[in-house]
Amino acid sequence: MNVPLYEKIWMWASGFLIVAFLATITVGVAGSALQPPSHIETIDPTKVWNDARFAKRGATVDEHSATVVLIAMMFAFQPAEVHVPANRPVTFRVTSADVTHGFEIVGTNGNTMVVPGYISQFTTTFHTPGEYLMVCNEYCGLSHHLMSAKLIVEAQP
Amino acid sequence: MTRSDRLSLAHLWVAIVAFGVASAMAFMQALSRASLDLPWRSAKMYYLSVTAHGVLMALVFTTFFIMAFGYVVVSRTLGREPAPRGLAWAGYWLALAGCVAAAGTVLAGKATVLYTFYPPLQAHPLFYVGLAFLVVGSWCWSMVMLLSYRAWRRANPDAPTPLAMHGMMATVLIWLIATVGVAAEDLTQLIPWSLGWAPTIDPVLARMLFWYFGHPLVYFWLLPAYVIWYTVLPRVAGGKLFSAPLARLVFALFILFSTPVGFHHQFMDPGVSAGWKLLHTFLTFAILFPSFITAFTVTASMEVAGRMRGATGLLDWLGKLPWRDPLFSSIALSMILFAAGGIGGAINASFGMNAVVHNTAWIQGHFHLTVGSAVALTFMGAAYWLLPRLSGRELELALLARVQPYLWFVGMILFSISNHITGLMGMPRRVYDASYAGSTVAATWRGLTGISAVGGLFLFASAAVFMMVMVGTALAGRRREPEPIVWAEPLELEPARRTIFDRYLLWAAVAILLVIVAYAYPLWTHLRMARFGSPGFRPF
Repeated sequence: MNVPLYEKIWMWASGFLIVAFLATITVGVAGSALQPPSHIETIDPTKVWNDARFAKRGATVDEHSATVVLIAMMFAFQPAEVHVPANRPVTFRVTSADVTHGFEIVGTNGNTMVVPGYISQFTTTFHTPGEYLMVCNEYCGLSHHLMSAKLIVEAQP
Repeated sequence: MTRSDRLSLAHLWVAIVAFGVASAMAFMQALSRASLDLPWRSAKMYYLSVTAHGVLMALVFTTFFIMAFGYVVVSRTLGREPAPRGLAWAGYWLALAGCVAAAGTVLAGKATVLYTFYPPLQAHPLFYVGLAFLVVGSWCWSMVMLLSYRAWRRANPDAPTPLAMHGMMATVLIWLIATVGVAAEDLTQLIPWSLGWAPTIDPVLARMLFWYFGHPLVYFWLLPAYVIWYTVLPRVAGGKLFSAPLARLVFALFILFSTPVGFHHQFMDPGVSAGWKLLHTFLTFAILFPSFITAFTVTASMEVAGRMRGATGLLDWLGKLPWRDPLFSSIALSMILFAAGGIGGAINASFGMNAVVHNTAWIQGHFHLTVGSAVALTFMGAAYWLLPRLSGRELELALLARVQPYLWFVGMILFSISNHITGLMGMPRRVYDASYAGSTVAATWRGLTGISAVGGLFLFASAAVFMMVMVGTALAGRRREPEPIVWAEPLELEPARRTIFDRYLLWAAVAILLVIVAYAYPLWTHLRMARFGSPGFRPF
């Protein structure tokens, strides 16, 4: 195939750019474990309120880390307010009691789908104390826009 | 008017009507975003209009336009009527019946499930049945395209496929491979479950099947637009196609890489492992390559046109181009918007980075640059070119047609930039009211949502102008002998023999192999896992 010189240069440059994009992703995965939430654990979506894994909802804090257990439902998160410490890894465990929801902590990279029958889990660390807004970002019914909760990140002495 | 032009026109008009209704739905969303206290403003109306806009634009307008254009390409490049004609008309009526059923259930408020229809949101069964009819109708079209090609190939065993037909063959093959996913979801999961025959459904499996279809769907829209860029635009601009063999390569690469990439829509999903998401990420970036080539070749073709019109300097060829021709300006402006949209797409596909933008307003900002501009604006421009040539009527209100692409461009800049920014600020997409009970962070989105609404008004004005020109041409356009449809010539003549690019079975086989590599194992492990189904909900 006869390719003109300038187009050849362009094609090599495009190829290089794509490889560079992929290299940054690979470095992110290998170096800082930058991965999307991909936890695989199932749950009976009709029995989440009785499931032992979701019996104690809200934050459980120990010296080094914290765990937040949440149930998403039309049109609220249970519980509606959560307190976690700053500068410690916080693991969120979320499932749905009805339809598919989204879970996003506004202004951070905390973001996951919440699909009935599955448990979503991811870990993140908050460095800035303050009040954060948690919203549902997947359409879940006519009051979808009312579905939100508060996350309070508390400074540690 | 020939029989095949009647067929194309019938399809084209369904596309135009769907576009008009979908634009009205978008207008309602824009007003809702501006939080104006209008009497009919309600959450029910808003989410209904989001659903209707998505279904009618993404599934009806695009599919019918592409079917119309496919028949034009067959009759004008292969020099034969699309055949069998009965199958073509059967496909038309099946798809039309499906659209009327699906759109009717949406407008009746029985299927406010958005165009992605994720279960366990459960629409009225007629919605899912309508979708099945639309898909089957499009399969009839695909068969007519393939059979017409085969008949031509038998008569011309050694000729290279005409370039426009080559692009449409890629479109058809991608569509046939991709629709297997949505057909499986619709027939084995959604229809039995919505009718009550199956009590529960697995939503993650449904999402896997939907996005197996949902991303190649994007290339099903885009490739016919590329065909117009490569084979119509250079001629309208007054030049020639810069490099025909690379155009052939581009379409072949799309056959390979369009489908095995769906997990990049499911980065944030539980139940899908990170390793498979990473593999799909790599394949997604591979598909940037043919679009990079397209950006060069089409721009170079425009430069060729400018120079053939007498330009001699470094950039004065830009000024020599026919910016008053609506087909040319539509495509040139859509390419500028698409360049930004493509780079945004690379960000969306960036594995870890996706968490920052997933399901935020950034996403609607993104796809209105891609499908909403590169595809929709190109199709509108092409309609100005196509309708007079098919119907034998002169374009009416031609002055308005000249302004319309620029209105779209301005509207899309306002809409898209503001949505990209509010998305980065964390505003979720598709919310009726983004005030979150007086939240301070939500208050910071306010000014930008207003700009987005102003952009929406420009876009609606542009769409209204387009509709006026179309309807005006059909009703009042002066009758005359239609101009012929002539395709762009390549700058360098191509060899008059078949090449590897004409071996469609080979390309399809490799594409299917890649699909198996990307999907077989994750799907198999998913089906073997202990899963719990979900009952249906109708919160609308």
